[in-house]
Amino acid sequence: MSIAKPLPHDSATLHVTGAARYIDDLPTPNGTLHLAFGLSQVARGAIMTMDLDAVRAAPGVVAVLTAADLAFVNDVSPSNHDEPLLAVGRVHYVGQPLFAVVADSHLNARRAARLGKVEITAETPILTVEEALAADSRFEDGPRVWTKGDTDAALSVAPHRLQGRIEMGGQEHFYLEGQAALALPQEGGDMVVHSSTQHPTEIQHKVAEALGMPMHSVRVEVRRMGGGFGGKESQGNALAVACAVAARLTGKPCKMRYDRDDDMTVTGKRHDFRIDYDVGFDHAGKLTGVDFTHYTRCGWAMDLSLPVADRAMLHADNAYLLDACRITSHRLKTNTQSATAFRGFGGPQGVLGIERVMDHVAHVLGLDPVAVRRANYYAPMGEVAGGLPAPRHDAPHPESISKKARKEDIASRGAQVVADDRADVPREVVNATPYGMEVADFILHEMTESLLVTSDYHARRTTISDWNARNPLLKRGMGFSPVKFGISFTLTHLNQAGALVHVYQDGSVHLNHGGTEMGQGLFQKVAQVAASRFGIDVGAVRITATDTGKVPNTSATAASSGADLNGMAVADACDTIRDRIAACLGGLHQIAPDQVHFADGQVNVGGEVMSFAAAAMLAYQNRVSLSATGFYKTPDLAWDRIKGQGRPFFYFAQGAAVTEVVVDTLTGENRILRCDILHDAGASLNPALDMGQIEGGYVQGAGWLTTEELVWDDKGRLRTHAPSTYKIPACGDRPDVFNVALWDQPNPAATIYRSKAVGEPPFMLGISAFAALGDAVAACGPQWADLQAPATPEAVLAAIGRAQA
Amino acid sequence: MDITFLLNGETVTAQAAPTVTLLDWLRVDKGLCGTKEGCNEGDCGACTVMVTDDHGARALNACILFLPQLAGKAVRTVEGIAAPDGTLHPVQQAMVDHHGSQCGFCTPGFVVSMATAHLNGRSDHDDQLAGNLCRCTGYAPIVRAAQAAMNMPVPDHMRDTAPKADTPFAPASADALAAWYLDHPDGTLIAGATDVGLWVTKQFRDLGEVAFLHACTDLQDIEVTEDAIRFGAAVTMTRVLEAVTTDYPSFAAMIRRYGSVQVRNAATIGGNIANGSPIGDNPPALIALGATLHLRRGDAVRDVPLEAFFLAYGKQDRKPGEFVTAVTIPRGRVAHRVYKLSKRFDQDISAVCGGFDVTVANGIVEAAKIAFGGMAGVPKRATAVEAALVGQPWTTETIATALPAFAQDFQPLDDIRASAAYRLQGVQNMLQRYFADLSGTAVDVRGISA
Repeated sequence: MSIAKPLPHDSATLHVTGAARYIDDLPTPNGTLHLAFGLSQVARGAIMTMDLDAVRAAPGVVAVLTAADLAFVNDVSPSNHDEPLLAVGRVHYVGQPLFAVVADSHLNARRAARLGKVEITAETPILTVEEALAADSRFEDGPRVWTKGDTDAALSVAPHRLQGRIEMGGQEHFYLEGQAALALPQEGGDMVVHSSTQHPTEIQHKVAEALGMPMHSVRVEVRRMGGGFGGKESQGNALAVACAVAARLTGKPCKMRYDRDDDMTVTGKRHDFRIDYDVGFDHAGKLTGVDFTHYTRCGWAMDLSLPVADRAMLHADNAYLLDACRITSHRLKTNTQSATAFRGFGGPQGVLGIERVMDHVAHVLGLDPVAVRRANYYAPMGEVAGGLPAPRHDAPHPESISKKARKEDIASRGAQVVADDRADVPREVVNATPYGMEVADFILHEMTESLLVTSDYHARRTTISDWNARNPLLKRGMGFSPVKFGISFTLTHLNQAGALVHVYQDGSVHLNHGGTEMGQGLFQKVAQVAASRFGIDVGAVRITATDTGKVPNTSATAASSGADLNGMAVADACDTIRDRIAACLGGLHQIAPDQVHFADGQVNVGGEVMSFAAAAMLAYQNRVSLSATGFYKTPDLAWDRIKGQGRPFFYFAQGAAVTEVVVDTLTGENRILRCDILHDAGASLNPALDMGQIEGGYVQGAGWLTTEELVWDDKGRLRTHAPSTYKIPACGDRPDVFNVALWDQPNPAATIYRSKAVGEPPFMLGISAFAALGDAVAACGPQWADLQAPATPEAVLAAIGRAQA
Repeated sequence: MDITFLLNGETVTAQAAPTVTLLDWLRVDKGLCGTKEGCNEGDCGACTVMVTDDHGARALNACILFLPQLAGKAVRTVEGIAAPDGTLHPVQQAMVDHHGSQCGFCTPGFVVSMATAHLNGRSDHDDQLAGNLCRCTGYAPIVRAAQAAMNMPVPDHMRDTAPKADTPFAPASADALAAWYLDHPDGTLIAGATDVGLWVTKQFRDLGEVAFLHACTDLQDIEVTEDAIRFGAAVTMTRVLEAVTTDYPSFAAMIRRYGSVQVRNAATIGGNIANGSPIGDNPPALIALGATLHLRRGDAVRDVPLEAFFLAYGKQDRKPGEFVTAVTIPRGRVAHRVYKLSKRFDQDISAVCGGFDVTVANGIVEAAKIAFGGMAGVPKRATAVEAALVGQPWTTETIATALPAFAQDFQPLDDIRASAAYRLQGVQNMLQRYFADLSGTAVDVRGISA
C-alpha cells in the first residue's frame, strides 16, 4: 500500500529541473496583455482628481481602467463587500489600487502605473491600536467576549496574581512566487482563469460577479502555487478580477503579477496582536483565572479578520485547562493593508498569549517553565470519561445561509453567516475548553515526557546554567512550548470536499479534487490515498490541476484541512469505482464482490489474478462506469461564534518543541543552536512530507518571532516592502541541531487512514524559540524582562536592560 | 549591439538595450522560464544562474545582471544543469531524494547555487546558500541534499569554456574608461550592478550613457606587498574576502555576511565605496585600517585618505569624470576588528557596522581608529571616542570613561533597521565587545554550538 510511504513531492523532479510551471511560466497566446495597478500613496483621504493622461500616453499602454470602467460589481472582498477592486471616492491605505494599466508588457505596465497624477486630500490616518480605540474604529459593534466560569471572582481570590502585556508583530507571507493571474477570454463571454490561489472557487465567484455572469461561465484552474501560507486565500482576487475585466474589455488574454514591492505593499499580512493578560494562579503555577484582552489591527477592510480573531480566541487556552477565563477581542479597523489569513489563522497569536503567561508565572514563582505548563495541561485522553463522543446528527442547513446564498460569498471563511444557535453545549462537559468543547484526545502529557527525555532537557538546563555562569557576555537559554491546534474550518459548512476520479481502460487513474497544491505535498498524499484504494502503485495515478470545472464548490485549501477533506473525498470516489469493478468481476466469476481483492497492482477475483489494467479493461468492456465523484463532510461539528460555544473542531493536532538559543548581551544578536520537536501527525500519510511541514513550519514560526519585523511610518507607509528590508530566516538561521520526530499514533477521530492535519500546527512550535530567548535574557538579571515580539536584536537588548534594571 | 555568450552550452547572440536584465531576457525573449523572479532586487536568489569566465564559475543573480555583463562568458541556467540526456545532476537527484523542494519556486535558484558550489568543491553550505531564500522547507532538507551530493563527481557538461567575444558598452582598460568618462561625465559606471541594477528594476531610472567596468581587467588586480594590499576598484567582494582572510579574519567574517555569495560575486569594492552609501559595510572597516583611495580623472591621478572621500550624505570628493581606481590597506594591523549589527545574520543591511583598530603599547593606548557606518550621513570616525582613549591605559575603566563620547560623535537616526537609541547603545557596546574580544572572551554567537 502506498499509504505511509515517504514518497517525494509529486513535482520534485519538475521542481529541480525548472520544468514546473507557475502562472508566469505558462505559454501565452500572441497578443497577451499585462496589467499593473496604480497605487495610492496616501493612507486615508478623499480622491479629488485622477489625471491619467500620462499613463495612457506611455509606451505600450492599451487601456487604463478606473472604477468607472467596471460594468458590474467592483468588489474583491471575501466577506464584507468592502474592498473595491479600484478605489471609489476615498482611499484607505497606502498601496490601495486606484487604477489598472493594461499594456503590451509587464514592464511597460509597471512603468506607466507610476505616471498617474492623483490628487488626494489627505486625512490623519488611523494606524495604531490606540488611535483605533480612540476613534472606536473597529469591525463588529464592539469587542467579542467569551467567558467560562466567574473570572473576576477567581482572580480576586487567587493566591498569586500578575498582569502583563505582549505585543506581537504581523508577518509577511513572502511566498516566493508573488500573486499572479492569467485570464483567457472564451467564446460567449466565458472566461478561463489561471490563478495562483488557494481558493479557486473564490476566484470563480468574484470573477463571475465582476463579469456579471453566472459561475458556470468561469472556469478556474490552479496547477500549483509557489507558496501560499494563507496569503493566497483571498489576496489573489484582485489580480484575477482585474485580468478578467481587462480580458473582457480588450478581447485579449490578460496577465498580471505583482512585483515583489507591490505585492508586499498591496496585500494583507498576518494580523499583529497586542494581548493583555491578568492572571491568578496557585503556588504550583496552576492558573485559577485568566483574563485575556486581544487587540488586533485588521487593516482597512474586513477580509477574513473576524474568523482570524475568533481563532485567536479559540486558541487562547492552547494546551491548558482553564477553569475561569474571559477572552475579549477587539477587531480594529486601521488605515493599513487588510490583514489576512496566514498559517495558523490567528491561532499562533492566541497561543503566544498563554505561552507568555506560562513563562511569566514560572518566572514569578521561580519554577521550571515546563513544570508550570504540565500543571495546567488538559487531562489526558485515557482519563476523560467516555472518550470521544459519539457522532452527533448533522446540523440542519442554517436558514440564514440559504436565504443569503445568491449574494453572499459563502465559500469564504469570511462569509457573513448568522450564528448557528443550536450549538449550545451541555454544562456537564469536563476537560472543557473555554468554548465548551470537551478535549477528549489530549496526548501532550505523554509527548512532553518523551520529548524531555529525547532532548535531554533537565541535564541541559544544568549545563546551560553552568555555562552562563562562566560566560559574561554570551548567555544561553532554553524554551519549551506545546501546541494543541483545533482542526476544522470554524465556519462549519466549509468542512466539505469533492473529488473526481476516472479510471481509464489501461488502468491508469486520473485524479482530481478540490484542494490546491502550494508546496505542502497535498497532491502526493491524495494520490497515495487513491493508489491505496485501488491497490496500485502511486505512479499509475495522474494528479491534475485543481479545476472548478471538474470539482465545484471547493473550500479554500486552508485550515490545515487539505488532506483530511480531500483525502476522504478521493477515497469515496475511488471506492465507488472499485466497488463497481468488484461487482462486475464478481458477477463474471459468480462470486460475491467482497471476494474481489485489490492489492499490489493486481486484482484477485476468487483466486484468479489479473492486473489492475486488465480488470479495468474488463470492466470497460462490460460497460461499467469507471468515473465517479466523491464527497466528504466532516461529522460532528457545531459552533456558535457569537456565544463562543460549541464543538468547532473534529479533533486536535498536537506537538511540542524544545529550543536552545544563545544571546549576545551586548547587542541582542542571537542564534538558535538546537531544536527538538515531537509532533503528532496521527498515522502519517507520508512521513517525509509531514517532516517537511514540521521543519518548515517551525522555522517560519521562529522567523515570525525573531527577525521578521514589519515597520510602518507615521504616514502609514509600509517601509519593509522587499527582502532587502524584511528579513525572513535564511539558511544559516535554521537550528544547527534539528531533531524532528513524529509521534505517529493513529488519530482517535476517524480521519483518512487515521492521519492528522499537519499544515499549521508546527508553525506554533516556533514559539519555543521565543521562549528560549526569554530564558536567555532572564539569565542577565533578576527582573521580569518582558521580551516583546518580534525579538529582533534591538528588542532582545531592551529586554536585557529590563532584566538588569 | 550584439552581445554574444554561451547559454547552456550553445552560443547565443542577444540584441538588446544595455540595461535589459538577463532574467527578463531569459524568461521573455528566450522562453526559458525555469529561472524565477522572486524579488527582482538580488535578495532572494530564485533567479540564480551560473556564470563561467576566466575567474571560474560563480553564482549570480540574473535579475540584476545586465546582458552586456555576460559578453564573452558562459551562462548556465537551471535548464542546463541536468545532463543533455536528461540525467539529473547529483544535486538535483539529492534534492529529490531528500525532499528539498516543497512549493518548488525557489528550487531552481537553489539547484544552480548548489551545482555551482558542487563544481567549486565548496562544503560551507550555509554560506553558499545564504543568498537563496526558501519559505517552505526551513532549509534543513536542502542542506542535507547538498551534503549528500558533495562527494559525487562533477558532470562534464558543467565545465564551461567562455567564448571569445566583443564586450560592447565596456571599455577594455582603465585608460579607455578614463577617456570615456571625460567625454561622458554624466554617464553611469556599472561594475557589479548590485546597486545600479535596482535603479533600473525598481526605480525605472534612465541611466543615460553607460560604461560597464568588467572588461577593465587592469582594475581587477590585487597587489600584495610586504606592508600593503592594493585592491583594484573592480575586484569583487568574493576576491576581497579571499585576500583578507589571513591578515584580517574579522574583516573577512564581516564580508561573509556583507551580502550573499551571488552578491559578493558581482559587487566590487570600488562600487561599494564610490556609491557613497552611509551604510556601506566596507568603509568603516577600511577607514579603521587607514585605507587610501586612489582616484583618476583623465590622466590625472590622486590619492585621498578614504575617510576624507565622504563629504556629506550623497556627496563625495569626486569630480565629474573622476573614478575610483583602487584602494590600499596596510597589512599587519592585528588588532583590527569589524562588527556588523543587523536583524538577520546573513545578507542584511547593517543597522550599524563598526571598524576598530586600537594600538596599545605597554598597556597604554597609542593610537585609535574607530569608524562606523549607519551612524551618520557618511561613514565616520568616532573622533571624540578615539581622543578619550588615546594616552589612557587600555582597561575597562578607560572604556567606561570613553563611552559618553559616542554621543558627541554621533546623533544617529531612527529608521526601519534600528532606533537611534539602539544604535548609540550598540556602538558603545561594540567598544566593550572589542575590549573583551582582544582579551579572549567569547563574544560571537556564531562561535557557539549546542
